[in-house]
Amino acid sequence: MPGTVDTLTTRFPGAFTISAFKDNARVEIAADKAPAVLFDLLKCLKDECGFDFLVDVAGIDYLNYPGAADRYGVVYALANTATAQRVFVKAFANDPDPELPSAVPLWAGADWMEREVYDMFGVVFTGHPDLRRILMPAEFTSHPLRKDYPLRGLGERHNFPTITRAES
Amino acid sequence: MTGYLPDFLVTKLDYVANMVRKHSLWPMPFATACCGIELMATASSRYDIARFGSEAMRFSPRQCDLMIVAGRVVMKMVPVMQRIWLQMPEPKWCISMGACASSGGVFDAYATVQGIDRFLPVDVYVPGCPPRPEQLIRAVMDIQEKIQRTGTIDAREFAARSAYEGPTALARELGPEEAIVAPGDYRTATRLRTPLN
Repeated sequence: MPGTVDTLTTRFPGAFTISAFKDNARVEIAADKAPAVLFDLLKCLKDECGFDFLVDVAGIDYLNYPGAADRYGVVYALANTATAQRVFVKAFANDPDPELPSAVPLWAGADWMEREVYDMFGVVFTGHPDLRRILMPAEFTSHPLRKDYPLRGLGERHNFPTITRAES
Repeated sequence: MTGYLPDFLVTKLDYVANMVRKHSLWPMPFATACCGIELMATASSRYDIARFGSEAMRFSPRQCDLMIVAGRVVMKMVPVMQRIWLQMPEPKWCISMGACASSGGVFDAYATVQGIDRFLPVDVYVPGCPPRPEQLIRAVMDIQEKIQRTGTIDAREFAARSAYEGPTALARELGPEEAIVAPGDYRTATRLRTPLN
């Protein structure tokens, strides 16, 4: 994928690191550059490099991960439907306010996937039209896939009234 | 024929009502996971729960008197389950089918309820992952026996069960740091969404 790498390198010099695994390119954007660069980089990949399909948006929590510099990673998996090439853009964010620009203006399909990342990891996507929880109830206060959230929860699963037999 | 049967019988009204009720238990299949497949197998011709009068699976709680909770129940499902239970008319009974419905099973995670008996009164528990159809039939027979032994025609035996019947010992294992921290009203199954601007 030399054309794509050259395009990105000339457009965003020094903003990202790139690696490759087999025929998949991996673009990583550190947390200090991600809020400014991410949207333009995705837009460049979509409009100029032909990556017209957003396959997936996923979140990662790198808390206590060996060698990790930033805490939250959000992975955008893109595909070029004409050439079947793929590229994975991983943008990082950090506490206390993990924020990334939303990709919904580029791909409408990012709507629910970003809502899921927000629900599970608490990464706020600025510019998202409807950033609500998608899996957990609206009253839920935690983000359960964060590594510092206990596996058994904080008692939310037992936060219901009991119906006895006499009153039912 | 008149030589063999008397013209009238003397019995208790409770006995007749129990005998009629126990042979026409209509299940409400609350099937949320793989136990539901076994529940369907129990209703099919090989195991044939119709032999015990329970073949009429109604998907409306208002026509049922036996709720079979088959499968794991997550916290978003608890208000739904409770509302369905409250909509069933008296007299009614509940079977907790499978390890997940009875104790949470292997799903000891933040969203999975660790046993529906924390929130509902359960009459019969069925172990297994998932239970064999024979086990579910055994549970239906146990319910039938319970009805025959303790039932009353006006269902007054339920009024005595006013206490919590769930696992109090397990509930006490939750430490204070695990106590309820999530504010909000979880009791409603549906809520109105705030309109988008």
